[in-house]
Amino acid sequence: MDLLRFITAGSVDDGKSTLIGRLLYDSKNILIDQLEQLEKSTKNRADGEIDLALLTDGLRAEREQGITIDVAYRYFTTPKRKFIIADAPGHVQYTRNMITGASNANLIIILIDARLGVIEQTRRHSIIASLLKIPHVVVAINKMDLIGYSQDVYNNIVIDYAEVATSLGLKNITYIPISALNGDNIVDKSEQIDWYEGKPLLEFLEEVEINNDINLENPRFQVQFVIRPQTEDLHDYRGYAGKVISGIYKTGDKVTVLPAGIETSIAKLEVGGKEVKEVFAPQSVTIQLADDIDISRGDSIVRSTDIPQANNEVEVLMCWLDDKPLQPGNKYYLQHNSRLVRSVVRNIEYKLDVNTLQKEAVEGNVKLNEVVKATIKTASPLVFDSYQHISGTGSAILVDETSNSTVAAVLFAPAPKKE
Amino acid sequence: MSQYRLNYLEQLEAESIHIFREIAAQFERPALLFSGGKDSITMVHLAKKAFAPGKIPFPLVHIDTGHNFPEALEFRDWLANEVGATLIVRKVEDTIKQRNLTEPKGKFPSRNWLQTYTLLDTIEEFKFDCCIGGARRDEEKARAKERIFSVRDEFGQWNPKLQRPELWNIYNGRIHKGENVRVFPISNWTELDIWNYIRAEKIDLPSIYFAHEREVVVHEGQLVALSEYVKLDDTDTVIKKKVRYRTVGDMTCTAAVESNANTLDEVINEIISTKISERGETRIDDKVTEAAMEDRKKNGYF
Ligand SMILES: Nc1nc2c(ncn2[C@@H]2O[C@H](COP(=O)(O)OP(=O)(O)OP(=O)(O)O)[C@@H](O)[C@H]2O)c(=O)[nH]1
Ligand SMILES: [Mg+2]
Repeated sequence: MDLLRFITAGSVDDGKSTLIGRLLYDSKNILIDQLEQLEKSTKNRADGEIDLALLTDGLRAEREQGITIDVAYRYFTTPKRKFIIADAPGHVQYTRNMITGASNANLIIILIDARLGVIEQTRRHSIIASLLKIPHVVVAINKMDLIGYSQDVYNNIVIDYAEVATSLGLKNITYIPISALNGDNIVDKSEQIDWYEGKPLLEFLEEVEINNDINLENPRFQVQFVIRPQTEDLHDYRGYAGKVISGIYKTGDKVTVLPAGIETSIAKLEVGGKEVKEVFAPQSVTIQLADDIDISRGDSIVRSTDIPQANNEVEVLMCWLDDKPLQPGNKYYLQHNSRLVRSVVRNIEYKLDVNTLQKEAVEGNVKLNEVVKATIKTASPLVFDSYQHISGTGSAILVDETSNSTVAAVLFAPAPKKE
Repeated sequence: MSQYRLNYLEQLEAESIHIFREIAAQFERPALLFSGGKDSITMVHLAKKAFAPGKIPFPLVHIDTGHNFPEALEFRDWLANEVGATLIVRKVEDTIKQRNLTEPKGKFPSRNWLQTYTLLDTIEEFKFDCCIGGARRDEEKARAKERIFSVRDEFGQWNPKLQRPELWNIYNGRIHKGENVRVFPISNWTELDIWNYIRAEKIDLPSIYFAHEREVVVHEGQLVALSEYVKLDDTDTVIKKKVRYRTVGDMTCTAAVESNANTLDEVINEIISTKISERGETRIDDKVTEAAMEDRKKNGYF
């Protein structure tokens, strides 16, 4: 059985948490005691209906305010697939939490309140979906019950959103009219929305093809940890432990260690202590090389015929995640998987305006939630690909040296074309 | 191309091993909090795989409430020896004496809450900068909100409103002196995933996870094992039942479930068909308030 990770996004009160509650409830993935607890906490409500959003809103402050503050993860299984859901907050203030959930998603469900149509948060979350290259997008037009299940309203929203999608280059979009509250088109096909010919949401989630989302073409591997038992019988053992970020490695492969640029070959491959002939993404493996080379955490081992970029200056798209604005000239740690280097942000070219989706000049500092194009200079070279090409080697974070907070999501841009 | 595809258990395993290796690389003094239950046992198995053929590069730490099942303690010692890991045991009993703490009262006096003191003292004693916990996000609503690398302040406190962004598989474990990070490598596993993995990997478990005869008392519909720590009322009747444990915690606050399951297959079948969650069925202490777990975490709990 395979595993689909998805996230719900959209503005405050669009019904994300309710949708997840409904999915779990209608697919019988809620257990008796959880239901009892839900009924108990709903008792205080005037209308007496059970509030499905409370299934994921697990913090006291969330229940008090009726909003989601941080991502909640829920797990459920149907006979066809396993799912990990990230329920993201809709509030602008908590966008960084939404990005946290979105960064590992194969699919995003963007909710739109049918009464309001496409609004700023819809665009903001769509920008994030396009930046992160989430392979599949579902636009769920919710609260259809409040607009009399009108096909016209639905069609107009689809037209509006298609425009946003085009300007962001979003592909693979599926539109579904739903009512999370009443369960229309969630697990079962809606009787009210008889004009809709597509699948209900769950059926779509169960059937969407996700196996081609992993890159098996370009072998990329970064050393996380060097295993050196130094016992009598394993005296000379030196294993490079790490994750295959993309591609396939085989014993005997000619490889190059970067950034040093030293060539060698793969002597032995292990998974969980067992020897294997080949390994592939996203396995966690141990590589032994034919030659003794000085290799440490953060170094890359790639196939000699397929070399990524290595540079200490890189163009990036960056989303700022900290309340404290970007301080020009300040040094930040850049963490690129297991490689940690000091860096400084230079030449902020433009920022993306959330409403117009146009590039704008940056006045003053880069602030929370802003998406900018910039150049980052690092103290030692990075070995990377563009995010577009290989997301696993194309992404990094910036860490504030003094607060230790994660302050930015960094996506490497394609190398500028050589004239 | 299907030969280059991982099933969901292999995906979860790969993710957890990746996290274990980040821990070993990023921290100077990590420790694995070992409770004796199936989740900790699974973690030890994953850690073993992560560092093979080397040894697990951190100690196992058991915060011993003194209310443990003897079978779990025996298993703990056997396992630590088997994998060649250092085992550190610190007793809540000793903390209670040293700090003159008040023992909880009541019929099922739970030391669950007092564990936090011993844990924080142990962190201090060994200067641990990272504690690896076996919590899963499917267990409880507040856990469902916590990051995999969860930074705690000097007092061990979790601040749910100020969690660091956690992007892709990049884990930021940088901290100030005195702070520590709680890392949860099996965050994304469900109870059933753990059982399926235990079956697939043939991982040994303490005997109490399988059906056995035991003397129990019925308390609000739950079966509590008879032990020296439980204070009986006149109205209690002790009965003999065939039970197994779904989780292994303290004898005073973990309930047994009636069962005939003698094998992993049978246990898994029972769990698939159950209508009650792990916590709901087995924890006696969690029903107090909806925010019980969040509050404990805010105060330094696991
Ligand atoms: N009538 C109607 N109300 C809905 C529907 N879906 C959600 N709601 C209501 O909208 C309100 C907000 O729902 P939530 O699920 O909490 O919204 P959310 O998107 O999770 O909000 P945040 O997480 O705070 O961004 C609740 O009162 C829901 O009952 C729907 O399909 N129809
Ligand atoms: Mg919500």
